[in-house]
Amino acid sequence: MIKGKFIDNLPKVYGIYTGGFLGFIILMAIAEQAGMSAKMIGIFFVAFTVLIYALIGYLSRTLQVDAYYVAGRQVPTVFNGMATAADWMSGASFVAMAGGIYFKGYGYMALLVGWTGGYVLVASLLAPYLRKFGCYTVPDFIGTRYGGNMARLSAVIVLTVASFTYVTAQINATGTIASVALDIPFNIAVYVGLASILMCSMLGGMRAVTWTQVAQYIVLIIAYLIPVFWISNKIGAGFFPHFMLADEVARIAELENQFGLGTIKNSAADLATVPKGLAGITKAHSDVNTTPWKFISLAVCMMAGTASLPHVMMRYFTTPSVKAARRSVGWSLFFIFLLYSSAPMLATLSKLSLMDPNLPTGIIGKSIADVQAIDWYQNWNQANLMFVSDFNGNGTLELNEFFMGGKAVVLATPEVAGLPYVISGLVAAGGMAAAMSTADGLVLAISNALSHDIYYKMINPKAETAKRLIVARVLLVIIGFAGATIAALEIQGILGSVIWAFDFAMSGLFFPLVLGVWWKRANAQGAVAGMLLGLISGSAYLIWVRNGGAGFWGVTQLTFGIVGSLVSLVSMIVVSLITKAPDSATQKMVDEVRVPSGKTVLGKQH
Amino acid sequence: MSKQAQHWEKTRNLLFVTLAIWFVFSIGIFFFATEMNASGIKPFGYPLTYWFTCQGSLGIFVILIFWFAGRQEKIDEEFGFTEREDD
Repeated sequence: MIKGKFIDNLPKVYGIYTGGFLGFIILMAIAEQAGMSAKMIGIFFVAFTVLIYALIGYLSRTLQVDAYYVAGRQVPTVFNGMATAADWMSGASFVAMAGGIYFKGYGYMALLVGWTGGYVLVASLLAPYLRKFGCYTVPDFIGTRYGGNMARLSAVIVLTVASFTYVTAQINATGTIASVALDIPFNIAVYVGLASILMCSMLGGMRAVTWTQVAQYIVLIIAYLIPVFWISNKIGAGFFPHFMLADEVARIAELENQFGLGTIKNSAADLATVPKGLAGITKAHSDVNTTPWKFISLAVCMMAGTASLPHVMMRYFTTPSVKAARRSVGWSLFFIFLLYSSAPMLATLSKLSLMDPNLPTGIIGKSIADVQAIDWYQNWNQANLMFVSDFNGNGTLELNEFFMGGKAVVLATPEVAGLPYVISGLVAAGGMAAAMSTADGLVLAISNALSHDIYYKMINPKAETAKRLIVARVLLVIIGFAGATIAALEIQGILGSVIWAFDFAMSGLFFPLVLGVWWKRANAQGAVAGMLLGLISGSAYLIWVRNGGAGFWGVTQLTFGIVGSLVSLVSMIVVSLITKAPDSATQKMVDEVRVPSGKTVLGKQH
Repeated sequence: MSKQAQHWEKTRNLLFVTLAIWFVFSIGIFFFATEMNASGIKPFGYPLTYWFTCQGSLGIFVILIFWFAGRQEKIDEEFGFTEREDD
């Protein structure tokens, strides 16, 4: 069936894979009709997809350094775009984003703008130049461009802080989904999630992660889009929701007025009875509900953070050429756009399904006793994601008496809208794919930096290939276990720690990376000052605000990267200018990076 | 001016244009969020600011990156800096 090299057959291989997955969904739908239990369907979906990823990971095993670190630099543009999209869209994007939009509306959508706008910075400021450089890791670029172990070490520190903050959230998300779908306790499920993540990356490094991420993207995008289109068609909102939900958005605004959104407030005593983590609808769906600065500062942090997160940047080291790296950024954003532009539509459909008394699924305005008798209400109430209470004692459910968890918008909407359970199983598989693919990229970014930059470049430059790859794999397992152990403690929420990761990366890495390409005068002393002072000041600001500090300029604990990166920029420029200019060899290296043609700055094997 | 310096100047100018467009749709317009929503301009029937945050800005970024990549390829070609296929 497949002849010739794997790379030449990619469209065919993934075409068959996609067809097989669709076939599997149909098979499950038939099994559901034949009486298979909901629990079994969930188990089948998660177990089947995870086994496929593990198989791809095994088939991609390698003993070569450049295959392990950069997938042999032969990943075609479009496929690298898919892999990056999966790498990028985390459990938070998949499970929590639509919920955030549902509850917080406009103020939350700064994240959508930020997490897409950042790719313009990636494409124009960094990706093509770092690809030309020919580095294996982001600290590899910093270490070679600025020279000296101190710069390399500082970059590794920033990378580790940012990526580790992020990865615990992802392992947490795999654990949550595995525990629900497989019906096992969370602190065991976390290690099941970890084992699946390691199976994908351990044997084949970047090569294995690349091909599993493509497979995971296909699963997650199918799992996200099918419910959106299905619900939209089912309630007669339009066959292509993205262009046809204007009436529904207007209807929600009308209902918000009718139900007295914002005018009826709950008392603190009433709210105290609502289970932790659940929220009611308090913000208008499509109105501007925050100040320009709040919106813009959050978007700016997410954009600069996008351009500094190493697990994204290293995906562009795997393309065959500089030109391909540039175009690949465009494809990445296109594939991300498919999901991100659907999230507000899902939030709209979900809200309307629950609010509109004209729809059979609408519950606002019904009697509380009727709502409490609905099957799906009981299920999700038990899962601690839905709650109603008759605060005013009139026996009718008011808008301010209905509470839901953020995850419920993605997880429960298919069931609320009356879709068969097979769709809920599919959504669980999609969430698992999203969280696993991001965790894989992050764990690999950290362990590659430690094995390549710390072990090989600084501790043992004479290490043989076999030894380097063993060290890389041992570190991968250690980082994974450390992440899972912290995830099992459940310290922070998923979304909060994701946003922090962006701020950490932005504080320490944004300007040292950008100025490394765009400012020849930047030198090692300046870069080290920029990275360390940026990270330290950003972290200090976060700790200060977390402990009740007032903050300044309206910078919150979600946007502390603004403080960190400004300190980083100023200190980098000042220190660079008062110390010696980089030598002529370094200046020549920067010139070379700026021209796409010719050999990479670092050799093919280094 | 050397060939390389000219190439870099053009590349830099393209960067400025790209970042200017990026700035408008990621930051600039959101200073006027309230006014835009009240303006009565409704792409596909959605309130204007809402549409930009759902689709508009996101889609413009996708197009912008492909446009940027195409322009940069033209610049590289002009100066003979295009990569060989077997590189």
